[in-house]
Amino acid sequence: MRLVDMAIRPTRYFPFGDSALVVEIGDVIDLEVNAKVLALDQAITQSKIFGIQECVPTYRSLLIRYNPLKTTYEELVFQIRNLEGSIQEVTVEERETKEIVVPVVYGGKYGPDLKYVAEIHSLTEEEVVRIHSAKRYRVYMIGFIAGFPYLGVVDDEIATPRLKTPRIRVPEGAVGIAEKQTGIYPREAPGGWRIIGRTPMKLFNPSRHPPSLLKPGDIVKFKPITEREFRALKAKQ
Amino acid sequence: MKLFHVLKPGAFTIVQDLGRYGYLRYGVPVSGAMDTFSHVTANLLVANHPNDATLEITLLGPELESLAETEIAITGANLSPKINKTNAPMWRTVRIKKGDILSFGTPQNGCRAYLAVRGGINVPEVLGSRSTYTRGGFGGINGRPLRAGDTIYGFNKTKSLSVKLEMPRELVPEYPKEYVVRVILGPQAESFTKEGIETFFSSVYTITTESDRMGYRLDGPSIEHVDKADIVSDAILPGAVQVPESGKPIIMMRDAQTTGGYTKIAVVTTPDLSLLAQAKPGNTIKFVKTSLAEARSHLIEFHRKLNTIKTKFLKKP
Repeated sequence: MRLVDMAIRPTRYFPFGDSALVVEIGDVIDLEVNAKVLALDQAITQSKIFGIQECVPTYRSLLIRYNPLKTTYEELVFQIRNLEGSIQEVTVEERETKEIVVPVVYGGKYGPDLKYVAEIHSLTEEEVVRIHSAKRYRVYMIGFIAGFPYLGVVDDEIATPRLKTPRIRVPEGAVGIAEKQTGIYPREAPGGWRIIGRTPMKLFNPSRHPPSLLKPGDIVKFKPITEREFRALKAKQ
Repeated sequence: MKLFHVLKPGAFTIVQDLGRYGYLRYGVPVSGAMDTFSHVTANLLVANHPNDATLEITLLGPELESLAETEIAITGANLSPKINKTNAPMWRTVRIKKGDILSFGTPQNGCRAYLAVRGGINVPEVLGSRSTYTRGGFGGINGRPLRAGDTIYGFNKTKSLSVKLEMPRELVPEYPKEYVVRVILGPQAESFTKEGIETFFSSVYTITTESDRMGYRLDGPSIEHVDKADIVSDAILPGAVQVPESGKPIIMMRDAQTTGGYTKIAVVTTPDLSLLAQAKPGNTIKFVKTSLAEARSHLIEFHRKLNTIKTKFLKKP
């Protein structure tokens, strides 16, 4: 069990227009920073502070949307500062976490960049797959497009910069790497992540509650599957 | 109840309400009518709830055949609306009959018109909203703009209005070619040099053709960063002014993605963002700094104005 290091940096508050504010815990991708973001998110949701409409947790900050006709920026900063004191003892492992296994067919037409990732790191494709699928990744945040999970942290051995020119179309289910992050495209979209595989799993469904399969704080484990298994799983949907 | 048969869809005609809230944490943008003021007013003119769904019509309007006797109101941009080829009035209740043809002509001013129908447009709610989010492919009519051949439905048994309502002329907004837009600095104002902030407030920016419901890309003098334009991604809301490495600002609009990795110099106030819905490529923008307190009074004023329209000034012609 690891205690959240409160000395990371003092929390900073910024206005975000006339109806929102940002509580910035840090400016890096870091487990402790993200854990504190989620703890604060939970504390605010439970506190039912008057005027707060919605919180958006990210890697390193919490955006809070509020009704400016019911409360003010100053009032909220005061109240959230008070709350912050009460979450000093939160531990990273204490939050309820869910582990989700995501089946992935790696390489070939499903992962057109697997070869490149292997080459620049002087590894074989099999080694990249082994390294990518060995780790348990944390969902740091959901963003970019509906249901897109930002997962971390990818081992340095396979961390790869984005494409210089993003692809116009990345298919639904594509699994990519961008620096030390890995992620899954829940829907066809333009994108610059290095695509190493594809999952048949449906990550986002607007008629489901919640619409996103994953939420920040969840754990994702990739499981290599064959092309045949991919097609079978896809057909089942 | 069938309201309209779509003869021609127009350039980009979509169903919108006030937006989809509560799902930002799952990456779902707020969407909703770009011009809140015109959307709400259109609804009020047919005695609807402000959140009832309207059609947001961008520049080139559709051609619709009425399948029912009902009341409509058209607000926002003047896109030369016509009923049976005769000019139709805007900003007031208009009765239409079965078989009437509603069409649009040359855009006169503004960019987006709103068409409200008595009782509201009936599409399924997705995540608590009827708004169309085209990039996500959900909401509105199957998550897409209108197509020729579509049928637009309303709600059954809506009592027709006993009176016609009209917006007083002095409350009808004018759409300029040069927009003055109030912004609140931050959240990443520190990422810019003093000169950069000065450039932002002293320059005139032009809206480029790369502008849509997701964001407006602007052209003009480059805004200088202290160090770099990239940050560890954090949250975005409509109104955020992102400045990527090029130094050219991008104003995020209603369909903005929920997170992003560019520095945000400032955020446009809610009333001014609503007005910006009417700005077109080629129009210019000048940013002015406002304080939180000033912005709050403007917002209160904005809501009071809508409330006044609702309670008092909807005069009966």
